[in-house]
Amino acid sequence: MARPAVRVAVVGAGPAGAFSAAQLRSWGVGEIDLFERLPTPWGLLRGGVAPDHQEIKRLEQTFDRQTLGRGCRLLANVEVGTDISHAELMEHYNAVVYATGAQTDKSLGIPGEDLPGSWAATEFVAWYNGHPDHREREFDLSGKRAVVIGNGNVAADVVRLLTRDLGELERTDVADHALDALRDSQIEEVVVLGRRGPAQAAFTSAELRELGNLDGVDIVVDPADVELDPVSREWLDEEGTFTARKNVELLREFAAREPTGAARRIVLRFLSSPVAIRGGDRVEAIDVRRNEIVRSGDGSLRARATDDPVETIECGLVLRSVGYRAVPLPDVPFDENYYVLPNDRGRVLAADGEPLPGVYAVGWIKRGPTGILGTNKRDAAETVARVVEDIEAGGLPDPPKGGDDLDALLAERKPDLVGVDGWRSINEQELEAGRSADRPRVKLASRDELLSATKPAQPA
Amino acid sequence: MAYVIIGSCIKDDSCIEVCPVDCIHPKPGDPDFESAEQLYIDPVECIDCDACVEACPVDAIYAEAWTPEKDQYAIELNAEFFLQRAARDGAPA
Ligand SMILES: Cc1cc2nc3c(=O)[nH]c(=O)nc-3n(C[C@H](O)[C@H](O)[C@H](O)COP(=O)(O)OP(=O)(O)OC[C@H]3O[C@@H](n4cnc5c(N)ncnc54)[C@H](O)[C@@H]3O)c2cc1C
Ligand SMILES: NC(=O)c1ccc[n+]([C@@H]2O[C@H](COP(=O)([O-])OP(=O)(O)OC[C@H]3O[C@@H](n4cnc5c(N)ncnc54)[C@H](OP(=O)(O)O)[C@@H]3O)[C@@H](O)[C@H]2O)c1
Ligand code: SF4
Ligand code: SF4
Repeated sequence: MARPAVRVAVVGAGPAGAFSAAQLRSWGVGEIDLFERLPTPWGLLRGGVAPDHQEIKRLEQTFDRQTLGRGCRLLANVEVGTDISHAELMEHYNAVVYATGAQTDKSLGIPGEDLPGSWAATEFVAWYNGHPDHREREFDLSGKRAVVIGNGNVAADVVRLLTRDLGELERTDVADHALDALRDSQIEEVVVLGRRGPAQAAFTSAELRELGNLDGVDIVVDPADVELDPVSREWLDEEGTFTARKNVELLREFAAREPTGAARRIVLRFLSSPVAIRGGDRVEAIDVRRNEIVRSGDGSLRARATDDPVETIECGLVLRSVGYRAVPLPDVPFDENYYVLPNDRGRVLAADGEPLPGVYAVGWIKRGPTGILGTNKRDAAETVARVVEDIEAGGLPDPPKGGDDLDALLAERKPDLVGVDGWRSINEQELEAGRSADRPRVKLASRDELLSATKPAQPA
Repeated sequence: MAYVIIGSCIKDDSCIEVCPVDCIHPKPGDPDFESAEQLYIDPVECIDCDACVEACPVDAIYAEAWTPEKDQYAIELNAEFFLQRAARDGAPA
């Protein structure tokens, strides 16, 4: 069936953008351009998913096949809002789908959070995954103890990266600069603080199980911590998810283990909230308060501070892993309370609550920073269905300019734009470097290196 | 024997779409779908046809006998998901 000729810009080539482009393509949209601020596509699949979870990175091949392999264009190294404005996109496309993710972190709002040695897990993750904006960062790993705040899967990822055997990490695509730093790491103990109890931990049981199976690492859980309070016990019995029950089972098993005296140790502590990070010119310790679980008015289980004395834990590094947060885009509506683009099932809403014709959102910028990769596929289906409805109803704006005008504009403004060929060249060089080093890939981790690799390698 | 989904599942539903006997759960719309960290294969219903393996973009599905050492736990886990589910709603898994 012939589809109306429509041009769509997808902003952000992460999982949500890739799933959307793939679905728009298979519906029959003729021209799809994927804008991406980095020289490389696939968002957190490349820059978030842990390097020791290589199997998951295979999704890149599906994305490549379903988008770039089917004629979607990649316009990478182009930042929307900086290099090209929202208004300019609207001048050249019938529809713009924002898939920009959550680019920064949530802060704790406690004293000392900005001391050197206290960082967001977001930054640490980007650094070990070779995100070019974080190439120059330095993490001081010379202290014996690190503290990780938060009980989500990102916390589990960073704990693993801090404790995993170096020989194993060397066989991943972890960034070389991170490998060098981790080689000199003096960290012997990583203390993980959950503000609620074991039954409320946000880890998936797969990630928690893995923490207990690391070679050369003991896992320590205080048996008293896995004695659930009555409120949590009732919740687990009556409403608890399969994952929550598995987590509690695993934590009980960890609590029953005898330490083997391994060189590294992960200590999981619950009902503990940080109240202050202390130190002179860098982190020296963290003050922790004890909580209890209470049921709040809406039925959810909350942490409430107790009067127990505050405890001080000495440490040289604090990583807060309490969630990601989206940033506004110039000239696009933004919900300052929920940090998302205000939207109705994907249609972005103007201040008056009416849909902005031709503007859509998908992924973390649409629904907030939760959900795994596949969640974005279903989310994309919802947004793409809105785009299709609007196309079929003839409700999309008609842009005054077309593809040639856009290409001329970008050629003038972004001579270092990275297209499909440029990315393929980067990819091939990284994979080739990996083959010679017996690694899945060796990442080019600075913008300069990446941009020079957009030309095929010269034979030596 | 049966097929088994391991913890690297990204819950993209590709396997559900190809399974001829509808034995992969939970499915979108089920009350326990959103909270599920991965999908599971019902070992009682699975007919070992291999279709899901081909469909999975992250190679998270194995024939039981070929499940990697570190993922062996998943054999029991897949089965247990259905036992708990049946016990919970008294409905057939
Ligand atoms: C550390 C970490 C590990 C994870 N591990 C797993 C896992 O193992 N399994 C799993 O299933 N899920 C995992 N997830 C979840 C998964 O990564 C997310 O659900 C998914 O990446 C969200 O997709 P997104 O496209 O909305 O955002 P992103 O992946 O963040 O993509 C957004 C893209 O937009 C680009 N962008 C931003 N602003 C602009 C702009 N102005 N102009 C142009 N481009 C822009 C960004 O550079 C980025 O490429 C993990 C998440 C994190 C944080
Ligand atoms: N392998 C994987 O599949 C994988 C890997 C990484 C990430 N992901 C996904 O990516 C998403 C983001 O992960 P995430 O770990 O950033 O988020 P998350 O799962 O939402 O976890 C955030 C954690 O931070 C805690 N927290 C929030 N505010 C806090 C505060 N002020 N003080 C102390 N603790 C606080 C939360 O506790 P409360 O529960 O008490 O709020 C929770 O334990 C998740 O959906 C995750 O599943 C998946
Ligand atoms: S092997 Fe066949 S029957 Fe078994 S889960 Fe996979 S697709 Fe379904
Ligand atoms: S196809 Fe693979 S990743 Fe997708 S839901 Fe099935 S097992 Fe999980």
